[in-house]
Amino acid sequence: MSVARFWRKQQNRYNLIGTHCETCGRYFYPPRPFCPDCRRDGKIVEHKFKGTGKVITYSIIRSAGDQFKFLTPYPLAIIELDEGTRLTSHVICDIDKIQIGMRVRPVFRKLAEEGSSGAIFYGTKFVPA
Amino acid sequence: MREVAVIGVGCTKFGEKWESSFRNLFVEAGALALEDANLSGQKIDEIFVGNMSAGRFVEQEHIGALIADYAGLATENIPATRVEAACASGGLAFRQAYTAVASGMSDIVVAAGVEKMTDVDTEVTTDVLAAAADREWEGIAGITFPGLYAMIATQYMHKYGLTREQLAQVAVKNHENGALNPNAQFQKPITLETVMKSTLVADPLRLFDCSPVTDGASAVILAPLERAREFTDTPIKVLGCGQASSSIALHDRKDICTLDATVAAGNKAFQMAKVERKDIGFVEVHDCFTIAEICAIEDLGFCKKGEAGKLTEEGYTALGGKLPINPSGGLKACGHPVGATGVKQVYETVKQLRGDAGKRQLDADIGMTHNVGGTGATVVCHIFGRA
Ligand SMILES: CC(C)(COP(=O)(O)OP(=O)(O)OC[C@H]1O[C@@H](n2cnc3c(N)ncnc32)[C@H](O)[C@@H]1OP(=O)(O)O)[C@@H](O)C(=O)NCCC(=O)NCCS
Ligand SMILES: [Zn+2]
Repeated sequence: MSVARFWRKQQNRYNLIGTHCETCGRYFYPPRPFCPDCRRDGKIVEHKFKGTGKVITYSIIRSAGDQFKFLTPYPLAIIELDEGTRLTSHVICDIDKIQIGMRVRPVFRKLAEEGSSGAIFYGTKFVPA
Repeated sequence: MREVAVIGVGCTKFGEKWESSFRNLFVEAGALALEDANLSGQKIDEIFVGNMSAGRFVEQEHIGALIADYAGLATENIPATRVEAACASGGLAFRQAYTAVASGMSDIVVAAGVEKMTDVDTEVTTDVLAAAADREWEGIAGITFPGLYAMIATQYMHKYGLTREQLAQVAVKNHENGALNPNAQFQKPITLETVMKSTLVADPLRLFDCSPVTDGASAVILAPLERAREFTDTPIKVLGCGQASSSIALHDRKDICTLDATVAAGNKAFQMAKVERKDIGFVEVHDCFTIAEICAIEDLGFCKKGEAGKLTEEGYTALGGKLPINPSGGLKACGHPVGATGVKQVYETVKQLRGDAGKRQLDADIGMTHNVGGTGATVVCHIFGRA
């Protein structure tokens, strides 16, 4: 991913800033500029998430693409934040420890590294709470 | 709308084909289809070709024109369009071809699919395939395709008590069918133990739960039903066609274990075909991973959620079972050249309905195809019967 492309979403990724629809009350992280329930009637505002949530499902990735090879084997999960929205993230913990329903909290970490160009991307990951 | 029939089909052998280039794969499949339809190239009115990522696999874009040119049709100046929906590109190319004929816009139309995946190494392939998911919010988290389907499997096993053995049985069954298919990448039966002891790729999925990385192409030719007998004695009619989309990211699905786009596309195809589930003789489903076949059987409405593992274990979906699933060997044994798979499913269905499927021949009047892009963001279904 290019540095510019990453930078565009940097505030969201660093600080777990998503969006909230004031019309229907739904929360979105990853952020959505448009509410799929209210569509044009939705009123979207920024929202900073607490970051606590639980594991909905997970896998242990043992074979990955170039950018993530250095991490293997790593637990990957779909996490439901307490506000009700879901996201996908690496969970930093022992690969035997992760399970469905496990509570998690956010931490600031390296997300990926880009080969020889040296670009390193940071953002929010999760650890057991 | 006009009624539409398939009048010719062609497919290369699938596999790691070092000797064949991207364009030669297509030319081979196209020539086989033309020969099958007893048709000369000049009669073709239009081409649709499904391809996921020639840009990254072989650094070539502008696939429509390239393919028309190397099929020897540059001087005919016919329209040639590339269609892309990740692993559903082929099924979607077929739907576009169907629409073109049904609408009356074109008469003789080629639907093809091609992918050349083995010119890059596995890590690059893994990253290219990851582009079928949401790059900004799944890709950056380190997903892989086996990993996404593994998360479906984890949740499914937790919720419905599907066993590791039942999952493995999908692969055993598909390899058994693939052993009867001369075009399949893997033509050897395997045991449950082989699957259970293979390397973990993304827990709980192992190597033998995954479709492999494959080169291949497939092409089929469509015509208005009223003209079909000019070309063949065994036209196969398109009875139903359904396409649907859903969220690009798996985490945004209401139920992780249900591909809601499969439900929607399947329902549309059934409504259009005016047939019932019980009328279907066999289905070519998108088993990119073993868990995907389990979900497909349920989401297409052939049984309730949570039951497909048991049915598979009992042989219900085997060649000799009540509802054979993936008589070709599926993506698991045939291989999965992503853009070609959806067209290969049509190829197999036509062969079966014509009574031309050799050792894996079934006794069936109606067949169905189910082609998925990504984790279910695009799904295309078709239902076929003898004309
Ligand atoms: C699972 C996967 C990572 C394995 O790739 P790999 O580790 O590079 O495997 P290799 O090519 O080194 O193959 C090792 C051996 O296993 C065999 N093999 C590879 N993939 C296989 C598979 N899926 N099933 C059965 N055997 C397989 C190879 O033939 C090879 O056998 P050999 O040693 O006798 O020649 C790769 O096949 C893959 O990514 N599959 C998923 C593809 C995908 O995501 N498709 C899109 C779905 S939506
Ligand atoms: Zn809203």
